[in-house]
Amino acid sequence: MSTGTTKLDVVVSNVVPVNELVTRFHFRRRDGELLPTFSGGAHVVVEMRDGDRTRLNPYSLMGSPLDTREYTISVRRDDVGRGGSLFMHRSVKPGLEMVISYPVNLFSLDLRARKHLMLAGGIGITPFMAQTSQLAGSGGNFELHYTCRTASLGTYADVLQQRYDRRVRLYHDDLDERIELDRLLSSQPLGTHLYVCGPAGMINWVRDRAAALGWPAETVHFEHFAAPQPGAPFDVTLAVTGKTIRVGSQQSLLEAIEAAGVDPPYLCRGGVCGQCETNVVSHDGKFIHNDHWLSEEDHRSGCKIMPCVSRFEGKSLVLER
Amino acid sequence: MAAKSIISRPVYGTLSPQPGKHHLFVADAEGAVAIIEMAKNVPAGFFGGAEIVFIPGPDGKHVGALEALKPAQFHLAASFASLLPRLKQTLTNAHMGLRLYLSGTEGLIGQAMQVALEAGIDHTSMQTEHRGSLARRMQCVHCKGITENVTTQPATCAHCGLLLLVRDHYSRRLAAFQGVCINAEDRSEIPPMEEIFR
Repeated sequence: MSTGTTKLDVVVSNVVPVNELVTRFHFRRRDGELLPTFSGGAHVVVEMRDGDRTRLNPYSLMGSPLDTREYTISVRRDDVGRGGSLFMHRSVKPGLEMVISYPVNLFSLDLRARKHLMLAGGIGITPFMAQTSQLAGSGGNFELHYTCRTASLGTYADVLQQRYDRRVRLYHDDLDERIELDRLLSSQPLGTHLYVCGPAGMINWVRDRAAALGWPAETVHFEHFAAPQPGAPFDVTLAVTGKTIRVGSQQSLLEAIEAAGVDPPYLCRGGVCGQCETNVVSHDGKFIHNDHWLSEEDHRSGCKIMPCVSRFEGKSLVLER
Repeated sequence: MAAKSIISRPVYGTLSPQPGKHHLFVADAEGAVAIIEMAKNVPAGFFGGAEIVFIPGPDGKHVGALEALKPAQFHLAASFASLLPRLKQTLTNAHMGLRLYLSGTEGLIGQAMQVALEAGIDHTSMQTEHRGSLARRMQCVHCKGITENVTTQPATCAHCGLLLLVRDHYSRRLAAFQGVCINAEDRSEIPPMEEIFR
């Protein structure tokens, strides 16, 4: 069993609406002890028991790593998603007992960097809340550029500006404020590391420009949890366990495999970490790959799938599970 | 080409043009050939954003061929020590997007890498190509003295005089291979000295 699947029994200690889309949840251990140490950029997987269905969604820890009395996450309501965020917003109240995973960090700071340049888009701000707290506590050199749709949807923009003043720069889409990316990337001192978290389009844009402007790949860090997308139901045969399962339209392939009593490894459940990578034995149809783990070549080969976020359309799919 | 042994023993690649606007080359002697060969495959205008710092070998070869690449800046240096202030200055003022290319002897690559690491460039982000002599820069683990251009196994420490086994154990921080006393139990035992790092 990997750290990420070790569980913590917690109780919801506070629920705070932040703006019209985002709500913050505070968790404490039920036994009153301190929570495990984590570093900025870590996430936990929250188990949402919603009637007879359980969803497992990853959320970045946004509190200071210097304070482990509680964990905090911020959840943006997604009205067209599979319902995880709606469950959090509607059903999670202070006092509710929940289960979360140990923290896992797939987006950690490289502390050898001379400077940390952070680019956030929308709710992608959450890991930077923890990272900036961590760096500020040790005199680290950072600069945060945060793009949000409007000032009222600039989650924690006020807090960040209050804490870090001119080290935070805001860009509002509705005011047509755009980050001057090429100029920003070209004016950073040697030894700077770049961190980007936000919508997939923003991450791709920043990675492409950084690569073109000569930033070595090992200095560019990014995180984008792909939420599992709903889609048409499909049938899958699990070759190792000899089971045939149906993946519901609101269910992920990984959830369907787990519901059948098969327990594949996982960590992030967002197409990032690679733990649940699964070999395809045979297929007749089309893959809908949504992960950031497999290479384009892997995607084209039809030999591998990340069941946490990817789906399938067609006649038959046989997996090595 | 250096043989692969233990994990700390550096392995070198082949220079290849990287994306970016600024390209800094540091080379000695036959290291020039690595740059000249790479130049056959660079995008147009590549050397317009390049600086080459070159320490010619005793034969003085390759200076004209490097100049013919028309780098934006070209500097000749007599030794690594004499180019060090310029290299440090360039790296201090540099921005992300500067790419570093090191070619030539292990001593040159290692020492230039040491300066670049201090400036914040990750060693995996640098292009390296070994050309020319296999002579080693060695640190005596007993007196900590550095002996340059070690070609024999074992080798005598130029500082404390101990007879040292030159290990493949390499320190990027010191830019040197580690030399460990080969006859600590019985100093009268003198193994034959062979020239193996040519």
